[in-house]
Amino acid sequence: MSTTLLSISGLTKAYPGVKANDDVSFEVAAGEVHALLGENGAGKSTLVKMIYGLVKPDSGTMTLRGAPFAPSEPRAARAAGVAMVFQHFSLFDAMSVAENIALGMERPPRLRDLATRIRDVSEQYGLPLDPGRRVGDLSAGERQRVEIIRCLLQDPKLLIMDEPTSVLTPQEVEILFATLRKLTAEGVSILYISHKLEEIRALCDRATILRQGRKVASCAPATTTARVMAERMVGGAFQTPTRATRATGDIALDIRDLSLPPASAFGTALKNVSLAVRQGEILGIGGVAGNGQDELLAALSGERRSPDDALRLFGTPIGRLGPEARRKRGLLCAPEERLGHAASPDMSLTENAFLTAKDRERLTTRGFIGWRAARGFAEKIISSFDVRTPGPDTAARALSGGNLQKFVIGREMLQRPEVFVVNQPTWGVDAAAAAAIRQALLDLTAKGAAVICISQDLDELMEISDRFAALNEGRLSDIRPAQALSVEEIGLMMGGAQDMEVAHAPA
Amino acid sequence: MSLSSIDATLLLASLIVAATPILLAALGELVVERAGVLNLGVEGMMITGAICGFAIAVQTGSPLVGFVAAAAGGAALALLFALLTQVALANQVASGLALTLFGLGLSALLGQGYVGIKPPPTARLDLGPLSDLPFVGRVLFSHDPVVYVALALVGAVWAFLKYSRAGLILRAVGENHDAAHALGYKVVRVRILAILFGGACAGLGGAYISLVRVPQWTEGMTSGAGWIALALVVFASWKAGRVLLGAWLFGGVTVLQLNLQAAGAAIPVEYLSMSPYLITIVVLVIMSFDKSRAPGSLGRIFHASQ
Repeated sequence: MSTTLLSISGLTKAYPGVKANDDVSFEVAAGEVHALLGENGAGKSTLVKMIYGLVKPDSGTMTLRGAPFAPSEPRAARAAGVAMVFQHFSLFDAMSVAENIALGMERPPRLRDLATRIRDVSEQYGLPLDPGRRVGDLSAGERQRVEIIRCLLQDPKLLIMDEPTSVLTPQEVEILFATLRKLTAEGVSILYISHKLEEIRALCDRATILRQGRKVASCAPATTTARVMAERMVGGAFQTPTRATRATGDIALDIRDLSLPPASAFGTALKNVSLAVRQGEILGIGGVAGNGQDELLAALSGERRSPDDALRLFGTPIGRLGPEARRKRGLLCAPEERLGHAASPDMSLTENAFLTAKDRERLTTRGFIGWRAARGFAEKIISSFDVRTPGPDTAARALSGGNLQKFVIGREMLQRPEVFVVNQPTWGVDAAAAAAIRQALLDLTAKGAAVICISQDLDELMEISDRFAALNEGRLSDIRPAQALSVEEIGLMMGGAQDMEVAHAPA
Repeated sequence: MSLSSIDATLLLASLIVAATPILLAALGELVVERAGVLNLGVEGMMITGAICGFAIAVQTGSPLVGFVAAAAGGAALALLFALLTQVALANQVASGLALTLFGLGLSALLGQGYVGIKPPPTARLDLGPLSDLPFVGRVLFSHDPVVYVALALVGAVWAFLKYSRAGLILRAVGENHDAAHALGYKVVRVRILAILFGGACAGLGGAYISLVRVPQWTEGMTSGAGWIALALVVFASWKAGRVLLGAWLFGGVTVLQLNLQAAGAAIPVEYLSMSPYLITIVVLVIMSFDKSRAPGSLGRIFHASQ
């Protein structure tokens, strides 16, 4: 069990201006689940890309099963038995499951034989999957199965997984973990990257912690608390969000029987969505991606109009108003997609700040842009939300995902919203920054704002929301107090229960 | 007007001839676009192929050598586009438009000494008894070899994209170039090869106009065939079979309206002249109302950042 599969010593990789990895050494034993921990930008991704042959190290060596290992391209890494499941799935939407899998193999059999093998492997590991379906029509969990089966068909010795659970329901996570345990029992090693410390404690045998490109610690997650691991990642004390007790006020936003047809061929229709959110409370909305989250946000922000009476803000119908008018009345939104939806990629942070804040922050005079005021507002966002950037003139595109997320969330929050709707507030953001964003959401409600938080991170929703509901195929479940809910109940609300027998066979 | 003066046999036979240039160019562009590249320079590559093929055929006296030269000429111009967009990462739309203008100018320059000359005739394929069949023989079995090459190419492109490993990789590159790169496929190499193929096909199509269809050299003689080929690819939903259908439709209406003009139909000539473009696009727009959509990475610049 303790034979070393992969050993890494002194790996260093520098990019202009930043050392992504600095003298990193660790070992992965055969049949273990090894966690790789660190903040955004700590160098985890660069490290696994070097192991997978996508990036060449500047110096340092790797040894795989006792032989020197220096893959020049992913093909060489795959031939040596290293497989990788990507964070942003590397799939082709317009192609079938079988075609996608064939693309990831060196010598794929004929498509018909491949389909049989896909069915065999998917049954063997409890990952139901139809090889003939188009990948674009699959759910996030099913898409991940495609990636995993693509790896498994090549008999890997080492499986690298980059944030595999960020898009899964609790039941899907159970299925995934059962599969991973089965694999380690067969001697496969897994290198596991995640921000979710409780998951790592449940699954991983050992953990290596990176900070600013250097290895700072290694530990056994089962016997280390999540707080200790988080503190080692950030290199300081770690604040968990605290909730001030507060009284809820009047109904701020009231949605009655909102139905909207899908905006595109692959969109979801909203069906009879009704909800009311009061001042001073957070309503958490869960659900697997693609079940109407984007559509709900678009309906609330005003990007899509609805019947006038379907939406009421403090009693006034606003269904036919556009985004600008709604913003003026205090309904602010932060969509999930940061580049291209929440922010304009090639414009500077000052310009991006101006774009949504011009009315509420009075950044214009007689139709002309007040550049100094806009810049001042951008700087205020940068300092109050700890956005790491050279300055407000930087293009939005140049920021890392987590930093841009802090910027777009901060931009809306600093405009004193009456009702704030946010989709995936901490997606791709490291633990410390995520805690800061959650704290800011809680502080906002303490000041009397109403917040609707749409998220796929259930731990997050349970941590901050007062009431919880789930979206499933465009329908909103009953809204229930969050504190009384169990994980199983949440899973059922999310509606993923029908095809989950595999993990939840009655004991 | 006497419709009886229009001979159905001749009409169908000339339909196939009229469709061949845009069919060839559209097939090439189809492969290019399935690889995720939008090359708007089809017109420029066609006209360059037309003059290269014409000049070489006149010089050597062999239409076959002419066609080879046409493919090489089209591919050479496409190589310029490939260098601009795949190596220098220039904007594809601007580069493609520039390529068209450049091709039109270059061909006019190269064609200076060739105006008014007759090219060596391209022999029709004699399929013996098949060609002697009544009606069918005249419509299907007595064309020049290029017509059959074009038809074979439709099947070849379809089978390549659907069944071959290389075709799968090409589609993958066009669908999501980042994912293809992450899997270790050479995005730029695949795209350059596709662009060269597209250029060669456009060149062949152009030479078919100057060596067979017209046959002589005049400046700007492709007269928008390249643009029709481009539109054909889009409205055919990037499917080889539908490109053939669209090309025949376009060729058919072109030939029909010429016949109607000759027969003295009571419709103004301007309307007749615009009808092939109009009808082809309307029909293909109606057909493209299905789920199919453009390749995901079409027209996007690929830069291997990691």
